[in-house]
Order: sequence, then C-alpha cells, then structure tokens
Amino acid sequence: MAAPAEPLPPVIYTMENKPIVTCAGDQNLFTSIYPTLSQQLPREPMEWRRSYGRAPKMIHLESNFVQFKEELLPKEGNKALLTFPFLHIYWTECCDTEVYKATVKDDLTKWQNVLKAHSSVDWLIVVVENDAKKKNKTNILPRTSIVDKIRNDFCNKQSDRCVVLSDPLKDSSRTQESWNAFLTKLRTSLLMSFTKNLGKFEDDMRTLREKRTEPGWSFCDYFMVQEELAFVFEMLQQFEDALVQYDELDALFSQYVVNFGAGDGANWLTFFCQPVKSWNGLILRKPIDMEKRELIQRQEATLLDLRSYLFSRQCTLLLFLQRPWEVAQRALELLHNCVQELKLLEVSVPPGALDCWVFLSCLEVLQRIEGCCDRAQIDSNIAHTVGLWSYATEKLKSLGYLCGLVSEKGPNSEDLNRIVDLLAGLGAERPETANTAQSPYKKLKEALSSVEAFEKHYLVSITNGSQGRTRMAQCHGMGLQRVAGRRKKSPQKAEIYLQGALKNYLAEGWALPITHTRKQLAECQKHLGQTENYLQTSSLLASDHHLTEEERKHFCQEILSFASRQTDSPGHKIVLPLHCFAQLRDLHFTPSNAVVHVGGVLSVEITMCSQMPIPVYVEQIAINVHFSIEKNNYRKTAEWLTKHKTSNGIINFPVETSPFPASQNNLPALELYEMFERSPSDNSLNTTGIICKNVHMLLRRQESSASLETPSGVALEDGAHVLKCSGVTLEPGANRITFRTQAKEPGTYTLRQLRASVGPVWFVLPHLSPRVQYDVYSQEPQLHVEPLADSLLAGIPQKVKFTVTTGHYTVKNGDSLQLSNAEAMLILCHAENRAVIYSNTREKASDVSLRVQSSDKVTSISLPAAPAYHMIEFELEVLSLPSAPVTGGDSSTLGVTEPHRKHKDTQKAGYCMATTDHKVSIDCPWSIYSTVIALTFSVPFRTTHSLLSAGTRKYIQVCVQNLSELDFQLSDGNLVDTGSSGDLQLVPLNTKTPQHIYSKQSVFFVWELKWTREPPPSLRCQFSVGFSPASEGRLSIPLKPYTYEFQVENFFTLYSVRAEILPPSGTEHCRTGSLCSLEVSITRLSDLLEVDKDEALTESDDYFSTKLMYEVVDNSSNWAVCGKSSGVISMPVAAQATHRVHMEVMPLFAGYLPLPDVRLFKYLPHHSAHSSQLDADSWIENDSLSVDKHVDEQLDSGSIKSRGSVHSASSSEHKGLPMPRLQALPPGQVFNSSTGMQILVIPSKDDHVLEVSVT
Amino acid sequence: MAVCVAVIAKENYPLYIRSIPTENELKFHYMVHTSLDVVDEKISAMGKALVDQRELYLGLLYPTEDYKVYGYVTNSKVKFVMVVDSSNTALRDNEIRSMFRKLHNSYTDVMCNPFYNPGDRIHSRAFDSMVTSMMIQVC
Repeated sequence: MAAPAEPLPPVIYTMENKPIVTCAGDQNLFTSIYPTLSQQLPREPMEWRRSYGRAPKMIHLESNFVQFKEELLPKEGNKALLTFPFLHIYWTECCDTEVYKATVKDDLTKWQNVLKAHSSVDWLIVVVENDAKKKNKTNILPRTSIVDKIRNDFCNKQSDRCVVLSDPLKDSSRTQESWNAFLTKLRTSLLMSFTKNLGKFEDDMRTLREKRTEPGWSFCDYFMVQEELAFVFEMLQQFEDALVQYDELDALFSQYVVNFGAGDGANWLTFFCQPVKSWNGLILRKPIDMEKRELIQRQEATLLDLRSYLFSRQCTLLLFLQRPWEVAQRALELLHNCVQELKLLEVSVPPGALDCWVFLSCLEVLQRIEGCCDRAQIDSNIAHTVGLWSYATEKLKSLGYLCGLVSEKGPNSEDLNRIVDLLAGLGAERPETANTAQSPYKKLKEALSSVEAFEKHYLVSITNGSQGRTRMAQCHGMGLQRVAGRRKKSPQKAEIYLQGALKNYLAEGWALPITHTRKQLAECQKHLGQTENYLQTSSLLASDHHLTEEERKHFCQEILSFASRQTDSPGHKIVLPLHCFAQLRDLHFTPSNAVVHVGGVLSVEITMCSQMPIPVYVEQIAINVHFSIEKNNYRKTAEWLTKHKTSNGIINFPVETSPFPASQNNLPALELYEMFERSPSDNSLNTTGIICKNVHMLLRRQESSASLETPSGVALEDGAHVLKCSGVTLEPGANRITFRTQAKEPGTYTLRQLRASVGPVWFVLPHLSPRVQYDVYSQEPQLHVEPLADSLLAGIPQKVKFTVTTGHYTVKNGDSLQLSNAEAMLILCHAENRAVIYSNTREKASDVSLRVQSSDKVTSISLPAAPAYHMIEFELEVLSLPSAPVTGGDSSTLGVTEPHRKHKDTQKAGYCMATTDHKVSIDCPWSIYSTVIALTFSVPFRTTHSLLSAGTRKYIQVCVQNLSELDFQLSDGNLVDTGSSGDLQLVPLNTKTPQHIYSKQSVFFVWELKWTREPPPSLRCQFSVGFSPASEGRLSIPLKPYTYEFQVENFFTLYSVRAEILPPSGTEHCRTGSLCSLEVSITRLSDLLEVDKDEALTESDDYFSTKLMYEVVDNSSNWAVCGKSSGVISMPVAAQATHRVHMEVMPLFAGYLPLPDVRLFKYLPHHSAHSSQLDADSWIENDSLSVDKHVDEQLDSGSIKSRGSVHSASSSEHKGLPMPRLQALPPGQVFNSSTGMQILVIPSKDDHVLEVSVT
Repeated sequence: MAVCVAVIAKENYPLYIRSIPTENELKFHYMVHTSLDVVDEKISAMGKALVDQRELYLGLLYPTEDYKVYGYVTNSKVKFVMVVDSSNTALRDNEIRSMFRKLHNSYTDVMCNPFYNPGDRIHSRAFDSMVTSMMIQVC
C-alpha cells in the first residue's frame, strides 16, 4: 500500500482486503502523510447507521489508499465491489494563488470531470497547510483564500467537501485538532459512501434475485454477486453480515434442491446433477478456496464443489466469530444434507465415493476445529464433535464392508479394484496438507491400504466417536465385534465387548438389542468354544420370542445335538439356569394342605411352561428337598397344620418377565408394617413407627460382578431327599408333571432345587420362590372328652363327646376304653350308641355301632377297629347327681343366713352357678397310663330361705332361683324337719301341681311352722324338690330331686313392740312443727325360755328380769325425736309383761308418714371373763358391739348419730371401766306390730312456706 | 411422518416403542437407545440452567444421514423419542414440538388410567392409535 504508484495488483481475496480509497493530486504530499493517516484512521470506531432497520454498528475503519486512475472507476454494470473505490481524495499543498490558478485548479477540474463521468460522488479535497512552506513564500495570501477558492470552485453547496489539514507532521495541539477533524470527516465520508454504495448494490442484488424464475437465470452468477457483498462485509470485519450472505445463499440453494425433488426443477440446477467424479472432501485450511470458486464462476462446479466451497466460507467466518462448535454442528448437518441432496437429485455417485467424502470431510472439520482450539476447550465441548466422529466411524465402517476389509479373508481382487477406484477419486493430496502427517487424506489412504490399518483407524474413530456416550460406544462396539468376530481375529475381545453391551441392554431392558447381541454373542462363543456359555446363550435364544421360529429351532437343536453327542465323559455335567428353558408356573400338593402323616402318600403336581419351540425329551426332572426336623414338634398336629396352610394347596410362582430391567424386576416391593413399642411398666406408648421388613433385600448391594448370564451362580445341590420324575417330554407351553412320594420321617420338607436333565445338560432352578414345603408328622394317639354344650348341668343327663385321634396307633377289634366310674356321676348306657370314624382330613369313613358295658366300678367302651391317623367320635350321656355335694353337709355348720358359704363369693359376683368337678380316669388301649379327665357340672339352681313372722306365728319361705339357660319343671316341693322333735309341724302353703321355672327366674315355697309344745331354740330343715327339664317330655331314668338344707334358730317371738303416735291433745291430727307424743310399748310374750338364759338375765326371788335397750330411729328423717331417743329398760321375764316408753317427736313433713323405727337390743353387762383381755380387746369388743347392732344395713344419719353417742360414751369410759355390750335380738324374737303403720300429718297453718316435694 | 416413536422410562427401559413396519425394527431400537446418550447429555446440561422453567422439548438429538432423532423429556424424566425421515423437510421444529405435545397429552391420559401401573409397558389402545396417526399422517 505504501507504494501507490505501482500498478494495481490483482485482487487477492484474503483478509488483507480493505476498502479502496483513491488519492489524486500531490502524491509526495500524500506519501509523507500516509504513515500517520493509516495509523490514525482505525484508531477510533465510528458508528455505522444502516438502512433497512439493521442495527447500527461501531466499526473500525481501515483503508487501502491507492493512486487515482481512471481505470479504477467501475464501468457501468460492473458489479465488483471489492475493487470499488469508495472514496476519492484530492491532496494539495498549494498556498499560492498563482500556482493554484495555473495548475491545481485545472488538475482538480479534470479529476472532478472524471469522477462525474463515472457518476461517483464520494470525493474529498484535502488542503494541507504547512507553516514552514508559508514562511518561504513572500507573497502570502491569507490562507483561507485558497481553501475558499477551492470551495467556491468545486464545492458548491458542499463546503464540507474541502478539508484543511494543518501542519500534519508537527506535534502541536493545533495539528492534533486538525487531524481529528480531518479523520472524523474522512470516516464519515467513507461510511456514507459504504451506505450508499452497498445499499445500491444490495438493491441490484435483490433485483437480480427476483429474476430467478426467469429462464436463463444462473445461480452461479447470483452466487458471485452476493458473495461480493459478503466479501465487503468481511472486509469491513462484519463477519456476522458476511455469514448472513452465505447462509442466504445456502438456504436458496437448499430450497431449489427441495423444489427440484418436488418436481419443480430449475434449468441451472441440472448442471449440479452431473456425476460425482471427485470426492476429496472439504478444504477448510484456506480462507478462500479459489479453485472451487473459479469452478463456480465458470459454472462448472458440481454439487459437492458448491457445497464444499460454501461451507468452507461459512467455516472461515464462524471461526472468525469464535464459534468453532457451530462449525462442527453445521458440518454434520451439511454432510447429512449433501448425502440427501445427492440422493434427491439422483446424482450418480460411485459406491463408496460419498463415504470417502464424508469421512474426509469429518476429519477435516475436526482437525480444523482442533487447530483453532486448545485441548481443554475441545475436551469440554466433546458433545459437539462426537457426532462428527461417530459419523466418520459409520462411514469408515461402510467403507470397510464395501472394500472387503472386514471380511474373513480380506479384500479380494474386486475389492482391491474398488479401493483403487476410490483412491483415484481422491485425487492428489492438496499441497497445504501434504506435509501434515495426520491429514485426513493420508488417514483414509492408509485405512484403505490394509486390513490391519483399517482396524486401527476404525478403533480410533470408535473411541473418539463415543466419548461420554456409553450407549453409542456399545453400538459401535458391536460394529467392531462384527468386524473382528467375522475374521476370527480377536473373538475374546469381542466377547467382552458384547457381554458389556448385553449387560447394559439387560439393565435397561431393551428386548430387541438384547436378542441381537445375544445372537452375536452365541456366534462368538461358538468360535471360542465356550460350550457352557454357548449353550446357555442358545437356550436363551431358543426361548426368545423376538426371533423367528426357525432361528429358535436352530438354537434349540444346537442344545439337543450337543446333549446327544457328548456321551464320552459321563460324569461331566453342564449346568444351565432353568428359567430360559422352562418356567415353573404353579405347584399343587395332594393332599392340599401339604401335610401327610408318616407313611402317607404325597403327590406334587407342577406346571412347567416350556420355552422351547419344539418338544424336548427330558430324561429326568427332579426336585431337591431339604429335610429338617422341626424343633417344636408338639405343634405339628394335623389340625394345627391345616389351619396354617393355604386352603387349596396351589402355589403360584410369579411369571418371570425376563427382558425387563433389573431395577424393576429384582427389587421386591416394600413390606411396611406399623410398629408400636410400649414401656414395660405402664404399657404407655413409647415409640411408634413404620418398619420395613425386607430392608435386607432392598438395600443390599447390587452385585455388579455377577452377570445375569454366568452360570457360576447355579450349583447342583446334593441331598438325600429328591422327588423324581423320569422320561418326560416337554411340549412347548404348559406341561403338568406329577411327583409322588411316600412320607417317611416326620419333619418339614422344603423344596429347593428344580432341575431337568437333557443328557449331560442340566437345567437348574436354584431356588423355588416363594418357599414351598410340605410336612410329615407322626402323632401320638389322643383322647379328647368335651361337653357338647357350653357347660354341663348337674342333675340332668348331659351329652359328652369323645374323640379318639388314633395317630400312629391302629385300633384293633376288641380295644376298649375303660372308664372308672365316679361316685356321683353316672354314665348312662343307651341301647345303641353310634361312633363315626373320620379320616385325617375330616372325611367320614364309616359309621359303626358302639358297645358300652357298664359294671359297678367300670364302664367299658369297645372301640371300633380304625386304621392309623383316623378319628373316632362318639357321644355318651352322663348324669351328675345334683344334691350329692349339697347334702355333703357343710351347710349345717354354717350360719343361718349363709347356707352356702363356699359359693358366697361367686354368688356375689353375679350369681354364677355353683359347680362340681367329677374326675373320670380312663384307661386307653395304647397307653399303660390312665387318662384322667375332669368334667365340671354346674348346679342350675340357687336356693335361699327366710323366716317370716306374724305375731307369734312363723313361716318359712324357700326361694329357688334358676340360674341356667334351661327351663325346668319343679314338682313335689317338700320341707322336712330333720331335727327329730316331733311336736313341730310344717304346713305347706304351696300348690301341689308341678311348677314351671323359667330360665333366670325364681319360684317361692312357703310353709307355716306350728308347734304344740315349747318350740326348740333351733330348727333344722331339708328342702327338696323334684325337677326335670321342661323341654323334654319324658326322661328315661328317674332323676334325683334337688335338696337344700338349712337351719333356723331362735325363731320364737319373745317381744312384741308397738309404737303409736298421738296428736297433741285437743287436735285431731298431727301438724308439722308441733310436738306429738310417741308411745312405745314393749310386751314380753312368753315366760322364761331356754333362749333367755344368758348374761343379761338377773334373778331375784324367782323373779327374772333382763335388760333391753330400745332405740327410736327415723331412717327417712321424717321425724325429729325430742329428748332421749334410746334407753335401757329392765324387762321382767314373764308373759304379758309390758314396758311403756313415752317420748316426744315432731313431724318434719306433712302427709302420711311412716312411724319411726323402734329397735330392741339385748343389753349385756360386762362379763368378768372379758376383763382379763380388756385393754387389748376393748376395741374389738366395741367392734363386736357395732357388729351385733348391725342388724339392719340401712342405718341412716340419725341412727349413726345416736350410735356415735354410744361410742363416745363408751370410749370415754372404756379405759378404766368394763364395757357393757349390746346384742341384737334375732329377727324371729322381736315382732314389730306397728311396722308399716302410717300417720297423717297435716301442714301447720302458720307455715308461710309450703314445701311440696314431688317424687 | 414419524418412522419410530418411543417412550422411555426414567430408568431408560422402553415403555413403548413402535416403528414403521417396513423397516428393520432392530435398527430403530438401537437408534433410540443410542439417542439416550444425547438425552442424558442434554438433561445434565440443562440441570445447570433453570430447572423450573426448562423446556421439555430437547430438540434434535442425533441426526443421521437418513433419520433425525428428536427428544422430549417430561418433568418425571420420562423420555419421548421420535425418529423422522431426514428427507421429510416439511417437518420443522414447530411440527415436531406439537407432535411431542400430542404424545405427552396422550401419555398423561395413559397415566391417569387407574388400572395402569406406572412403569409398566404401555398397552393402551388409545395411545397406540394416536401414535399410529402420527406415523401415517402425511404432511
């Protein structure tokens, strides 16, 4: 540039292109200024405003300054932009008007005319002022005059077209200023020119593009035009814009190709359809591939040429833009696209040519990217390049196939010819890569040169092509296997590859790839002679439904032929997993509960689903059984086991869906249970939570090493117990196989391994899951006796069930049960008893009659003959004699009120029935020991009695309460005096007819007691009543009556008490609040009797008296007793002796009020016998006093108060003095004749408040 | 239109895969399986970006000479992979997107079926016919 005088060099399309600026005028001046100018111009950016709404850009301008020549100006129609001079500058240093007028003006005019002729309006006149020069001149005109002149002469209206540059080579502020002004002007002018000229160019270009439908339009011409624009943008460093131009071209071309495919062909496109003769790949190392460009210009380019060129330009621009990854991505698109386009345009391509082209191009792009990025960048962006690598790999592979480089024998002559042809199409290596050792060209050439080299290169591309992509690696690895395996070169390596791939496919559950991989694996293993592995893979393939029937048959046949072939080494077994051969569907036990007794026959029926496509003869199918003796043998009875087993005896095995991923298939479902932990002391909840019971299954480490297909995990188990089935032909699909076995030892048998043998090949299912087991048990003979009803009732015939479980004992004819009779229990023998014999599974075996012989001591039951493990059931009627325990006589010693002390507690708890136990000992034929069986009978009745008085007349009432659920008929109620004194008479007041007593109801019986002489102090009675169940009409045997014994003491009435309340004198009725008088008269009814002879009795001169204490108590607080409510009287012991007591009472309420109670106590003086234990026992005595007094339980507050006074009195005294005692008179001895009397009390008139209580 | 449609579970096993019957099924299985690499790549790349508002559509996964493989991943990491013929230039990104959306809707319907166990292979007839319509539909 520094030599503008030199002839214009040809345009070289390189980066060094800059917009052209022409310089006219004073060349020496310009030369002196040029260095500063070219340095200063790009220093500051300038904003470039664009048309068509494009975003403004900051742009650093540079220029190529050339000497002005008329040839430089473009002729009409010349579209070249690169050579287009954007600005014309005229330089002058003239400061002399003379000189100006003489030369400069003419020169300027000429220059202007030339510009005008070419209609170029972008020009500038620079006037350089130089102080030094000025000083030399004598006739100095004012400097402005020259500039003004120029402005006047040339720049009409555009005065800014003339710029002054002052002292450009000096270093002063003025110089700086003028430089800045000049540069700004220059930049602005340049940009204006760009805008204008590019705009015009673009408009022209668009016009040209619009003509594309016209015949004769050529894409290549248009291409050149638009590329020109791209060049200019590139020149202005606007790579983005430049790229847009190429992308537009690309899109346009693509669209044409698509349209062509759709039948809308453009003429010019046919040219691109010429056969492909050269396939030397992309060339990206040069910024512009002139060779190809010329081809395009000459319209001789093929499609590949055009695409290659276009891409090389795009690549260059993208690299300028620092977007290498986009290059990779676009490259892949381009390559795919080119292949498609060639197909679409039906361009004839020699086989393999495209593969070569793609391979070379891929490598070229990759190398180009590598060339402009460092290693780290490439590594982190592997995802972008991996596609190219993998594409290259694919292409190399297909080349390998095409040229016989992967065949077993290597390439044949035809293949070699093809290789030569392909290499020829590559042409010679391009000079720019000739020195690079690893150029794509050299690589391809080498790969095609020999099999080994091919493999090497192939492997390299595989590793590169699958970085970070495992699945792709597998996919390619499979390719490699095919390459290697086919040539028997390294099948080991291939096998490893395939196993790895297979593992992944299995883990991710891809059925078809699994099948395909297995097929290759089988091939590989066959080559390697891995018999077991091969057979296993074969069995898997034979059962694979994704293969065709023929293929499956082939693999099945492989197994069978192997099995039939190898007979020389008989001990050798090949163990394979069963699941690929056949699947266990279900298992069925007979008997269904899977429990057999020793010696019993068990059959196991299994359903096996054969996966083989053809029927397979299996020599033996065996199930290995693990035997264990149960520790807790006692539980293993038939009944227990039956309760704990599945009812139908069918166990289903989950269907294995083999090609499902491990993640789904292997992990069992969560088994969650709720958990509560309570503290042992107070049972409160400590913790609660959820427990996963199969954590060990879920969290165990996934065995990474154990491949799904290695048979190592399957081991043959040896065991003594084996279920066998020989000579079975397994048809495809479900087969039923039955095993039979006779149970020998008792214990639990767990089915472990299932195996099927075909010759030396054993298919083994190592574990049966879910667990399957059967039990063999041995049982001791047993006898059970239990009542038929809930409880046995005493007194009536009851049925008892006998169950004989024979166990291992066989009951022979003549065996019998010997029952030793209990005294109070009868075994009722009927004419015919029937026994039923059941088999072990509760099936009725037979029904026989039973012979029962009864003697005094022993009842003998002859058992019917029954085989082992059967049950004999029969029923017997027993009768517990009801009264026996009651008459046993403990009641006689008890008090009157508690005839059955033994049962008192239970009665209180809710009147339970009294029970009696009868023990029966039974001698069984199988044992030398007797079995003792306790039968509990309940007494259905509860009986109570009471003594009733009416003056001196006495009655005895007996209450019979039925506690059972049954209704009874009561008859012949009878009461007899057992006390032997004949003068007493019991007169029944009951009906004679039988009475019905319903369940939970009572019946009362009453007798009047009459006597003629002085009655005895006590009376012993026995009550008896006949009873029979009401429901049964007639009983076969007479039943014993129910008896009840009791004793009545002191039943004779000694005193009669009579109370009377009289209203106050003068009034008719008692009134509330007014005092009334209470008259109590106590009358002795008899003379001295035996019962009176006690401590209280005092005797003086044949006159006997006794001390009594009376007490007036009002339980219901109706009365207020005024004054003393109790007192001690001395009562003469003589008939009709009467003592009257008068006291005042006040009614508290109005209405009919019952009279207050009057109670009588025997007042016993302190006895000397007690004094010795005085202090220690004084409290006890007090207690006894209160106990004695405790006649009536209904003591109200009033009486407590009064008793409290007694207590306080006694307690104050008891320390020093002996205490008198109170003793209640027995109820029979006192007759209160005023019981139940009521007296009318009317409310007092002056009561202001009337209380009415309504109850 | 589509030559192969596949639904892949989160654990990368196929829930549903169907290809046009005229072509070798195995090839598509391999192709879909291989494309999972790219899906993983894209998901992990996306993981760094905003997870919430991420785009379900993964775009072109894996172009080959003859086919284009597109991917789509649901929020539950179920992947949809669709293989279309490369020569079918009428299929633009938008069409692919809408096809995926349709697929996703249909898949959601399958999941809503109370009798369908998530993780099982899809046998739904409705889903099948929807896929059929996507495969035969001519643009």
